[in-house]
Order: sequence, then C-alpha cells, then structure tokens
Amino acid sequence: MYEFDWSSIPGALPFLAKGMLVSLEIMVAAVVIGIVWGTLLAMMRLSSIKPLSWFAAGYVNTFRAIPLVMVLLWFFLIVPHLLEQLLGVPRGTDMRLGSAIAGFALFEAAYYSEIIRAGIQSVSKGQMAAASALGMNYWQSMRLVVLPQAFRNMVPLLLTQGIILFQDTSLVYVSALADFFGTASKVGDRDGRLVEMLLFAGAVYFVLCFSASQLVRFYQKRLKTA
Amino acid sequence: MSHLELDHLVQRYGEHTVVNGVSFRIETGSIACLLGPSGCGKTTLLRCIAGFEPIAGGEIRVEGELFSRPGCSLPPEKRQIGMVFQDYALFPHLTISDNIAFGLKDETPEERKTRVAGLLQTIGLDHQGNKYPHELSGGQQQRVALARALAPRPQLILLDEPFSNLDVDLRERLSVEVRDILKQEGMTAILVTHDQHEAFAMADEIGIMHGGAIQQWDTPYNLYHRPANRFVADFVGQGAFLEGTIIDEHWVEVDTGVLESQKPLACCFDASPACGPGSRVEVLVRPDDVVHDDASPLKAEVLHRAFRGAEFLYTLRLPGGAQLLSLVSSHHNHAIGEQIGIRLEIDDIVCFPVQATLSPP
Repeated sequence: MYEFDWSSIPGALPFLAKGMLVSLEIMVAAVVIGIVWGTLLAMMRLSSIKPLSWFAAGYVNTFRAIPLVMVLLWFFLIVPHLLEQLLGVPRGTDMRLGSAIAGFALFEAAYYSEIIRAGIQSVSKGQMAAASALGMNYWQSMRLVVLPQAFRNMVPLLLTQGIILFQDTSLVYVSALADFFGTASKVGDRDGRLVEMLLFAGAVYFVLCFSASQLVRFYQKRLKTA
Repeated sequence: MSHLELDHLVQRYGEHTVVNGVSFRIETGSIACLLGPSGCGKTTLLRCIAGFEPIAGGEIRVEGELFSRPGCSLPPEKRQIGMVFQDYALFPHLTISDNIAFGLKDETPEERKTRVAGLLQTIGLDHQGNKYPHELSGGQQQRVALARALAPRPQLILLDEPFSNLDVDLRERLSVEVRDILKQEGMTAILVTHDQHEAFAMADEIGIMHGGAIQQWDTPYNLYHRPANRFVADFVGQGAFLEGTIIDEHWVEVDTGVLESQKPLACCFDASPACGPGSRVEVLVRPDDVVHDDASPLKAEVLHRAFRGAEFLYTLRLPGGAQLLSLVSSHHNHAIGEQIGIRLEIDDIVCFPVQATLSPP
C-alpha cells in the first residue's frame, strides 16, 4: 500500500503561488485578446464584404480543427524565430510566456468568435435599423447598441469558455513554462512526492473551476429573471 | 416646395414588383397615412423613404434634396428621418432617458437633459426616466419610441403600424394622443397602417394602397364619400352594391326604384368614358344610407344582425335577392327572418361600371 506523505506541500506553497500567478496571467491575457480578436472575427464573418467573411470562416475552421497543444508548440518554436528576424530580439531571450499567450489568444479567438457571432445574431435587426434612423453609422450602432446587448447575453458562455481556458493553461508544460501545473510537477519530482503534489494540484484546479462554474450558473439565473 | 416628394417610385424583390410607380407629395406639418391591406407594399414604401432599402426606379426628395434614386441612396443615418417601429425597437440595455437621448449627438449635456425632460413630460412619463423599457407597459413603450424618434427634431417622422401591438381601447386613445404630440411639435409624419380607424383618427390625408400602387390620395372624408374606384369603396368603410342603370347625370334606376343624386353622379362619368345613360352600374350603398322606416313599402328580410351597443348593424335581403347593410338605432330590435321596412336616402350617389368580368371580353 502506497504511503501518502503530504509534508512537502506547505514548503512548496510559495512556488505554487508563483506558478498560479503565471497560469492566471496567461488566462487573463488570452481571454482579453481572444475576445477582442474574436469580436473582430465575428464581425468579419457577418460582413457583407465577401473576402473578409471568407477569411474569418477559414480562420475559425482551421483553428477549430487542430489540437491546442500543437498550436502551443508551434508558437513556442516559431515566435522566437520571427521576433529575432523581424525585430532583432537577441537570440536566447525567454519568450515562452509571450508565445504561450499568443498561442492561446489566437486559438481561443476562434471559439470566442463563434460565441460572439451567435450573440450578435441574437440581437434583432430592428435594433440596428433603429440606431441608424437616429443618426448612428454602422460602427456607432454596433458599439452602442448591438455589442452591449450581445455581450450581456453572452457573458455566461464567455466565462465558461474562460474556465475551460484556465484548465487548458496546464498544456504550457510542452514549453516547460512554470505555470501552476508545471511548478507542481517540478516540485513533486524534486521532493520525490509527485503523486501527492499532482493530487493537490488537481484539487486546487477542481475547487477553482467548480466554484467559478457555480458563480456563472448563478449569474445566468439572475440574467434570465431580469 | 413640397416637404417630401415621391416621383414614380418602384421597388422590386427579384421578379416581384412590390411598389409600382408611386408618386405623392406631402406638405410641411401634415400627417399623411398609407392605408392598405397587408402585402400592398406600404411598409416597403416606408422603408424606402427611411433609406433602409435601395430603390429600383423613380426618386425620393426631401425639401428638394435628392435622397434616393436607382443606384444611389443617402444612408439612413444621414437623412434625419425619425422612425417609430412596429415592435418599437427600444434599446433594452438603456434607460428610458438614455433611449430618448440616443439620437442627440451634437447637443451639450445641458441641452440633452432639457430636451429629454421636456419629452418625458410630453409623453406623460416624467420622473420615470430611470426605468428600463421592460418595466413599462406596451402603451408607455410606444410613447417612449415616439419620444426617441422626436428628440433629434427630424425633418420627417415615419410610423410603421405603431399601434398594432396594443389593445383596441388603448389604440384609439393613443392615436389621438400621438396626433396631438406630432402637431404640437409641428412634425411632418407618415403613418402606415391597415386599420382605417387609426388612419381616420390620425391623418390629414390618406393614400389608399393596393397592389403596390396608390389607388386614391385624399382626405378621410372624400375617401369615404367620394371613393375613386371600386377597391377604395370596398376597402374604406362598410357598404354594399346595388346594380342599376344610369338614366342621366342625376338619376339611376335600381331594383328598388329610382335614386336621385344631388351632385352629378360621382366616379362613373370621370373614370369611364364608356359610362353614360343606359350603362349598367353598381351603386355604393353605405349602412347609414339605408334608413329604417316601418311605413315604407320597401320591405327587406333580416339575414344577420350585429349588436354594437348604440346601434345594430343589420344585413338585409331585398326581394330581388340583393343584400344591403343598415345601421339602425338599437331600440329597433328585430329578429333574424323578420321583414322590416326600409328607405334609401343617398345624397350623393357613387357608382361604378359593372365589373368587366361580368361582360364578355
């Protein structure tokens, strides 16, 4: 019978906290960039200008058809080279965090754009017409009338996608970046207590994500009754 | 110069022509109405004026300035034309005040505040500006939609079936109220509806639309009493037709006897040159032209009756088989099948040539 020994965990907490900070950093940055880029993609997809619509459709279908872990690996391998060549960044600079954020953001944008597209389409066309009859051009109508309503309806879906993204941040282990999961596994290895450390890390992910989903569900209920 | 001018406007969806050569002019401060059955093209016409649809032919001008012609259309946001939508299209994420202030872009915050407060008072919702649209009743939402359209002081305001979502009582009250508000603001307006009571209550002039064309553009009084064609006569108000033969400009012979018109016979002589003494015609008989008179030798059988409170609307059958409608004070309570005495009292006779389908081609 395996003997559990949790004694190494308290000492590892400062490292784990640092790792958690990295995970959260990736998540927040990827969610923000992903939503902005996803909104633009959704608007392109709905645009009457055909090439824009085709580009957005191609982008979304491509990113939804390849595994996230591959996208992360490509960015880990390619982005430093690109920056080196384009901006003359010195060789060997640690860009793993930037690469990871870029990979997540571009990947998630594909998913966000589909959520946002549905959200924009859920706002009745009459709203756009009403705004233009009041003197607003396309961009003003979008910004002041359509998007605020679309986002209000979409908040639960966007948050849920954010929670999934938070879990997926653990995939940065492919670039040996010290996020929460990576740190846990490294510290566990070092102390020879990998099983305990990973169980603990799993419990932390569960508590965070489960309570976040409960909050989303609560918010969703309130939105429905409002 | 007319305020709004439509010149041979044409609009098509694919092969289907929805608006077919409509021309009319509206003077500043006038409230006009496009009245017609559903599918007659009236809402499409309104959307063309608002700039939501490019047009296939003709021109739209406001104050002499060209707004639309085929291949060229001023976008809606540059037209300064306000619109009240059938479903109101209020912005649910904004308060009532913010909804009304939405179109006020160039004003200072002070001016916006004053304008919004003024309009809230006009529509009877002062101190309710902080509520959201879903917290208001249908009638209140309707008034907010009107205030929102009025706020930027547009050149013209369009109302698309504005009362169709309201119950009948509210509809009548609100149509009078909306007319007062529009007049108070000195606004030129076009209303689109299929409900003639609404049109009569609101409009200074009415265009009857059918099959994508204006059948008659006239005052409510003339539409009812001097309809230009058979469609208008049928569509506006109630009535029945009696077949007869023209004797001369003032006399028509029908089954029940000879009728005299004080004015020369309307329509017939203007509309159809083939129509003259000896022509077979259909005479329009309104329910209020048929007077109940027990002493009259002319008897008719009661086929159907509808109680309207102050009066009955009787459907009657003449001995010859023709049917008439009669509006009779509700003290005269007659059973179905009963024979009652009637008299025809028509001041100005309106008649139409017997419809072409009846005569061989």
